[in-house]
Amino acid sequence: MHGYHLTIVLAPLAAAIVAGLFGKKIGRAGAHWITIFAVGLSFVLSALVLKYLYWDGGHAENYSVYTWAVVDGLRMEVGFLIDRLTALMMVVVTFVSLMVHIYTVGYMHDDSGYQRFFSYISLFTFSMLMLVMSNNFLQLFFGWEAVGLVSYLLIGFWFKRESAIFANLKAFLVNRVGDFGFILGIAGIVMFAESLDYATVFASGPAIAAQNIEVISGVPWNAMTLICILLFIGAMGKSAQAPLHVWLPDSMEGPTPISALIHAATMVTAGIFMVARMSPLFELSETALAVVVVIGAITAFFMGLLGIVQNDIKRVIAYSTLSQLGYMTVALGVSAYGAAIFHLMTHAFFKALLFLAAGSVIIALHHEQDIRKMGGLRKYMPITYWTALIGSLALIGFPGSAGFFSKDALIEAVRESHWHGQGAVYWIAYLSVMLGVFVTALYTFRLFFLVFHGKERMDEKMRSHVHESPWVVTGPLILLAIPSAVIGWFTIAPVVFGNFFGTSIAVTERHDVLAQLGREFHGSWEFILHAFQQSPVVYLAAAGAVTAWYFYLKRPDLPDVISKKLSGLYTLLVHKYYFDDLYINGFAAGGRAAGKFLWQKGDELLIDGIIVNGTANTIGRLAGILRQLQTGYLYDYAFAMIIGLTLLLGWMLWF
Amino acid sequence: MDLTHLILSILIWVPILGGVAVLIVGDDGDASSSRADGMRVLVLLVSLLTFVLSVFVYSSFDTTTADMQFVERFEWIPELNVYYYLGVDGISAPLILLTTFMTPLVVIAGWDSIRTRPAQYFAAFLILEGLMIGVFSALDGVLFYVMWEAMLVPMFLIIGVWGGERRIYATIKFFLYTFLGSVLMLVAFIYLFTKTGTFDLFAFMEAPLGMTEQKLIFIAFLLAFAVKVPMWPVHTWLPDAHVEAPTGGSVILAAIMLKMGGYGFVRLSLPIVPDGSEYFAGLMIALSLIAVVYIGMVALMQQDMKKLIAYSSIAHMGFVTLGFFLLWSIDSGMGAELGMTGGMVQMISHGLISGALFLCVGVLYDRVHSRQIADYGGVANTMPVFASFMVLFAMANAGLPGTSGFVGEFMVIIASFKANFWFAVLAASILVLGAAYTLWMIKRVIYGEVANDDVAELKDLNQREFIVLGLLASAVLLIGLWPGPLVDMMSVTIDQLVEYAGRSKL
Repeated sequence: MHGYHLTIVLAPLAAAIVAGLFGKKIGRAGAHWITIFAVGLSFVLSALVLKYLYWDGGHAENYSVYTWAVVDGLRMEVGFLIDRLTALMMVVVTFVSLMVHIYTVGYMHDDSGYQRFFSYISLFTFSMLMLVMSNNFLQLFFGWEAVGLVSYLLIGFWFKRESAIFANLKAFLVNRVGDFGFILGIAGIVMFAESLDYATVFASGPAIAAQNIEVISGVPWNAMTLICILLFIGAMGKSAQAPLHVWLPDSMEGPTPISALIHAATMVTAGIFMVARMSPLFELSETALAVVVVIGAITAFFMGLLGIVQNDIKRVIAYSTLSQLGYMTVALGVSAYGAAIFHLMTHAFFKALLFLAAGSVIIALHHEQDIRKMGGLRKYMPITYWTALIGSLALIGFPGSAGFFSKDALIEAVRESHWHGQGAVYWIAYLSVMLGVFVTALYTFRLFFLVFHGKERMDEKMRSHVHESPWVVTGPLILLAIPSAVIGWFTIAPVVFGNFFGTSIAVTERHDVLAQLGREFHGSWEFILHAFQQSPVVYLAAAGAVTAWYFYLKRPDLPDVISKKLSGLYTLLVHKYYFDDLYINGFAAGGRAAGKFLWQKGDELLIDGIIVNGTANTIGRLAGILRQLQTGYLYDYAFAMIIGLTLLLGWMLWF
Repeated sequence: MDLTHLILSILIWVPILGGVAVLIVGDDGDASSSRADGMRVLVLLVSLLTFVLSVFVYSSFDTTTADMQFVERFEWIPELNVYYYLGVDGISAPLILLTTFMTPLVVIAGWDSIRTRPAQYFAAFLILEGLMIGVFSALDGVLFYVMWEAMLVPMFLIIGVWGGERRIYATIKFFLYTFLGSVLMLVAFIYLFTKTGTFDLFAFMEAPLGMTEQKLIFIAFLLAFAVKVPMWPVHTWLPDAHVEAPTGGSVILAAIMLKMGGYGFVRLSLPIVPDGSEYFAGLMIALSLIAVVYIGMVALMQQDMKKLIAYSSIAHMGFVTLGFFLLWSIDSGMGAELGMTGGMVQMISHGLISGALFLCVGVLYDRVHSRQIADYGGVANTMPVFASFMVLFAMANAGLPGTSGFVGEFMVIIASFKANFWFAVLAASILVLGAAYTLWMIKRVIYGEVANDDVAELKDLNQREFIVLGLLASAVLLIGLWPGPLVDMMSVTIDQLVEYAGRSKL
């Protein structure tokens, strides 16, 4: 299996290097063939690894590939931990990546940076695989930053656009704020566990949780709580949780295939994966889990609301991604790691599908992204229409779809998580995920109806050109629609309620809501029936979709009226709760002002002006005065010598 | 004939004598004369020969001992017990390799762009190279001091003759700052001589010293080394010197001369005055962290690319001094060596990255004759290959894992967390600040629409520039992906250094 693992990682890297450095030589077709072949190979081998671990009952493997460095007894290595959690992520990543690679052939076919684009997305696949396959914190951080780098390069892919290069800088810096916490968390782990290796660190988890650290002297904090919160700050950056979410909507400046791959299906879920991977640590701090719940809940609900007022097709989906990531985070916080990863998986399929469908619409409309200028596309783009419908239904949790199983299991888990107490944390989480269902359905079908149904609002010239996209675009849509529709049916039992993850995820018994739910789980059919009978979720989703239908198809005049009536709320939503304004005018401008002050007042005025040049000038003046003593007349010097000698002699005699 | 035991002398004197030879060959006063062409080939050969010889030091270096290797010891001034005494260990050998690696690159980079007095220019670099290797291998105080001061002369000339408009102000400032600092080091050496009767650095390490003596000696050393590093608040010479220096001068200044300060701390301060170092460790940590945060913010606002990289250098060198002085804040277990190793790796890495960034600015300057960020924009459109390199080096400067910039910072952050949570918080702020100032510059220079006619007419890298940046990129990635060999080279010496610094002389 070791050969498989290495090939899975290195094939996309090799393809990225070839396409990147020799793109001109191998040409456009060469670039896409080599990267598609490499990622396809990775996908097939990943599937085999998953088969081996799950169906063939193979054992998880944990081994070092090479030693990066050893310092002070701290082994820093590159190595793989391949268990079922990893294998599942590998399959999801390589599958979505493969779909996106194929799709890109159509989407980017007239772009001058064709080879560069393939090189980047292959490099991304390598980085993401390094992240999920790691068996230690060093490599995790490497993958973490490497996906951030590729995200930066791809958001700014069209580097002539001011908005794109603003967005990529913003994305990188906001992520760096998260990484700032993340690296401190890793440093904390090394301090207490003296190791970077997962297995060793997990083994010393209880010992860490038994210690305190005084961050503010005299105030002892539990070491594990501190470490987990720091690690989670990293996850907040990468998985775009409030208040570090601001980069993700802007990241839509990148080409659509990467919005699907990086900013929906894979990279942004790295934070979710990381917390699930660190479950043996997070389980030891209920305070940290409570923080996770609250952040996730806030993101799930409030970011969903923003999706309702957006008019850019990609931004609507981006806010939806934020909201869904919030759902996953809530699941992590209630120790339903399995449900979080399950939702991560289904979301990867249906959200990639929605983005690629949006991309299909965007190319059909010659890069028009404003949904107010769309409408009635159903008859022109049947495949895109039907696949987008499947994606939308999965997103709102239509019974039987993949999203239904994952979201319903997740919400059930939140409802059962009484161990957080009956206080604020529980209710914030529960209400957010419940109300979020309505909001999700509302923005999803607002988008869907505005794009595919209703009046055709594009101009005549545009309409005459609209046609269905080529097979390289629709093919991946169909291939993603299949799992979006059906994968929940046969995976929920093992992944959420079964023992799919085995020891890769650790949950203390008290927290184990999924095990409790699992006792009442009797197959997928019953799960659906149960949802109809005992949970408002399905009805909330239906209400949301119907509301969308009423407002955007039946009475399209109403939204304007409402937005004017509720102008305060509407303004707040349109300004995205003023987070961007705060960051740009507060932190960024403040940082620049501080820099300017320190530079001009500190360095130039105080240090250079007064101290350095001031000293030089003072010495210059003193020298000017002393120079007058040098008269050049012999008798002056003789006189000075006599006085000097007298003083010297007197001093010697005196003592 | 076996020259193994003279390899250090060879490394010092080959470039110095080569430099003299270059002066004799001359350039006929015309940079495009055939004589000048021959002279340049000679320069390149000398610098390459030096590099090849230094590879020999690397390949036969014994990583299992902390003892000095390739030791040479000859009487020099018997009346004062002064020896011509050379040797290298795990902390000096990597710096020598860095020196011999960077010099040929600077030679290649300056090949066509130096039009006035090229022979003198290149000779200055060769002589400087020999002197810098001398500093890194000298084990006798007088020899060390002579090399240390002599080194200033070629750099003084490089900035003063081939520099920009305000070169005189910059050179005087540079010279006075560094000279004032190092005179006090000489005083400390003389004092130690009166105590031990020798200038042998190892005798200094064994010399019994009281607390007051140690404090004073530490301060004397501190002034010499802090200026070189440079540490806040004695750093203001550096931006001026960099801005005025020609590209090659900036590269060597940033890549190697700043390392003299860091090297001084580990070679002299820590082992000779351990209690003095402990006494001042808190101050050192504070100054280092100020460098990271304060200077990081100042770097953000720079309009001149060279100034920006100069300020970035100060912030990054803050990690070096931080790593070195964490030792006493870590009571037990892992951390002290980690910080020390991180500081050392940071020195090597910063040498490569800042050198590369200065070369990148030089590439642009050669074409447009401006260092102002505002004069650029959209360079990626006309120079895609160059843009790729510059983005890579910018990412390395921002400490991206997989590049050398990450290795040292990672170790130092881990060690500082162990010492004190808030040290780590301030140190880790470089993740945000470093990325902010570096990538903001990239945004304004590399990305965007073509900003003006100058940018529209830019030609991408020529072969010569490609080789230079390619070699640096390889080194940056190699250390980033596999720092093991570099770390192994240092590790035993650093063990011993931590032990020396940890034992009290009182």
